[in-house]
Amino acid sequence: MAKANSSAYVERYADVASSLCGQTVPWLQQQRADAILQFTEYGFPAIRDEDWRYTNVSVLDKQHFAMAQKSVSAVITADWLKAYQLVDAWSLVLVDGYFSAEHSVLADLPEGVTVMSLAKALQDAQYATVLEGKINGAVSQDENGFVAFNGAYFVDGVLIHVPAKLQVSKPIQVLHIATQELTAINTRSVIVADELSEVQLIETFAGLECAYLSVAVTEVFVGQNANVTLHKVQVESEKAIHFGGTYVKQARDARFRHDNFALGGVLVRSDVHTDLDYASECELNGLYLGVKRQHIDNHTRINHLKPHGISRQLYKGVLDDRARGVFQGRVVVAEDAQKTDSQMNNRNLLLSSDAEADTKPQLEIYADDVKCAHGVTVGQLDEKSIFYLQSRCVDEETARNMLTFAFANEMVDKVKIKSLHDLILGQVLTRFPQEGINKEWL
Amino acid sequence: MLSIKNLHVSVGDKPILKGINLEIKPGEIHAIMGPNGSGKSTLSHILSGKSGYTVTEGSATYQGKDLLEMPPEIRAREGVFLAFQYPVEIPGVSNVYLLKAALNSIRKHHGQSEVDAMDFLTLVKGKVRLLEMDEKFLYRAVNEGFSGGEKKRNEILQMAILEPKLCILDETDSGLDIDALKIVSEGVNSLRSPDRSFVMVTHYQRLLDYIKPDFVHVLANGQIVKSGGAELALELEEKGYSWLEDAEASA
Ligand SMILES: Nc1ncnc2c1ncn2[C@@H]1O[C@H](COP(=O)(O)OP(=O)(O)OP(=O)(O)O)[C@@H](O)[C@H]1O
Ligand SMILES: [Mg+2]
Repeated sequence: MAKANSSAYVERYADVASSLCGQTVPWLQQQRADAILQFTEYGFPAIRDEDWRYTNVSVLDKQHFAMAQKSVSAVITADWLKAYQLVDAWSLVLVDGYFSAEHSVLADLPEGVTVMSLAKALQDAQYATVLEGKINGAVSQDENGFVAFNGAYFVDGVLIHVPAKLQVSKPIQVLHIATQELTAINTRSVIVADELSEVQLIETFAGLECAYLSVAVTEVFVGQNANVTLHKVQVESEKAIHFGGTYVKQARDARFRHDNFALGGVLVRSDVHTDLDYASECELNGLYLGVKRQHIDNHTRINHLKPHGISRQLYKGVLDDRARGVFQGRVVVAEDAQKTDSQMNNRNLLLSSDAEADTKPQLEIYADDVKCAHGVTVGQLDEKSIFYLQSRCVDEETARNMLTFAFANEMVDKVKIKSLHDLILGQVLTRFPQEGINKEWL
Repeated sequence: MLSIKNLHVSVGDKPILKGINLEIKPGEIHAIMGPNGSGKSTLSHILSGKSGYTVTEGSATYQGKDLLEMPPEIRAREGVFLAFQYPVEIPGVSNVYLLKAALNSIRKHHGQSEVDAMDFLTLVKGKVRLLEMDEKFLYRAVNEGFSGGEKKRNEILQMAILEPKLCILDETDSGLDIDALKIVSEGVNSLRSPDRSFVMVTHYQRLLDYIKPDFVHVLANGQIVKSGGAELALELEEKGYSWLEDAEASA
């Protein structure tokens, strides 16, 4: 029985199924069939599901989003694009979920590196083989309703493949742009970094000022001793609903870092899950800024499966007006994962009495020789610090802005790619509209 | 410069300052000594505008204006500077950023334009050298991870750059070793001028060897129980405070 909020999507699936990518790939057809069955049965997540208790997506009951079609006219201008597209990176642009060759910059990729539309990759037997076992390889269809929805409906996305031992000289950006009112956009991305390779990636989510549903699932495979940094810059439109799931499998000695900037959207959920093998390391950073009625939910899960893994998490939230931020972090240390070293921190700054932060760190430890720590705080600005700044001539409002900005900036400063750092800083600053922060002083 | 008359201050229901009278003229250096908990920091805080205190009686007039009416940042822009007993760490705000913000606020307050970037750096670097600090401190977050002595030196660096009129130093010498004390004292002495006054809270006569005060006051139990010249500090060093408190109790 389809749940109310998913029935329309289920009923209309037959109309679009034959136009989705990967028609000639039997295993994918089977996966799509499984996905729609899964979705038919369970629909979108409900708050009675423990992992979704803070985030109510029942708005999807009331509002139907039609599947986004490939837009024919170029609706985005070069100027608009400039605000999001990095100049010193290769970039693949997806407009409403569909690859846009016109906006992408992919010339002169290093030999052996693949950055291409997932739909195209599925048309080519050579790439389709790479993708087998990767699509739905890092996440299972029953993870949650959005993953199943995405598994059934994705129209395109990206395949990034870095061959062994290669250090990619410039970052690679995947830029998702939404342009159509009341549409649902589904993309699936697969990132494969073979052993000993190194790559820096950016996923940017932006949109024109309209309401839409953006569902993006990214699966990442970090090979043995490979090093992958993935930055997510979510600056969706003010009215957008965003679900983004990043599911990672790390091989032995693999390093993975994820920097998650959740700045846009009205109802946002972001999953970052990773499985660690022997001595692999992960670092998950996050900054969520909520104003007005934004609701931003961050869900992380780190599975330490083998010994000597290291994980570090720092998520910071700044919540103003009636915004609500959620951090649910779960670290699971398997019986076999001795000598695990794990730290999880979540810090929240509430700027208004109507803002809310819900934080729920969870440690599940089945091994006995491990070092696991976690800490959470929810608080206001420190009055002592405000007075100190005032005694140094700074008026109270500016002092508050400075301290708020400083709190957030710790996360921005972690970004080492200069152009990306500046882009994110710019985005953060536009969300602190007060005069207090003088950019030139930074 | 500063005229404090019969100042009574409470925290909640608890009276802390119980009738302070103090006259500070331009160019003068006043040392305030006294036992722990006598109200020295409270006096420093109330003069610089920290919230959480209630003035129940009395007044403080600074350059002819009611000091207690002004918000803290206005006092600072008008030239009141407090070097904190316990400087606050401000992660994420660099020293140089704060210095520039502060300096420009003062300039704006006096109708001047923003400081030129090159002039600013020259000024700041000069003062950094004066206090024998490493330039790296400029680019570190304010006081974050600084040692106790480095924090105190940083307070004096700020003071040297902002050039206040009334400098209140709350135990700036505590936690400084001899070499650092000399450097900080030289920094303070270089700022001495006929139109700049100092209030130095200290427990140690040692500081007064380097910065010679015009007056020494003893604050005990919220009142100034004795005032004198520089020689009073020596007497206190020798005898402690108890003879004064005893005298007060029997009076
Ligand atoms: N916010 C407060 N709440 C309650 N009591 C306070 C508060 N601030 C100060 N006091 C009390 O007021 C008295 C004076 O404190 P103050 O810090 O001014 O002393 P001090 O002379 O600077 O001492 P020290 O030499 O130790 O620095 C102390 O008894 C202190 O406990
Ligand atoms: Mg004190």
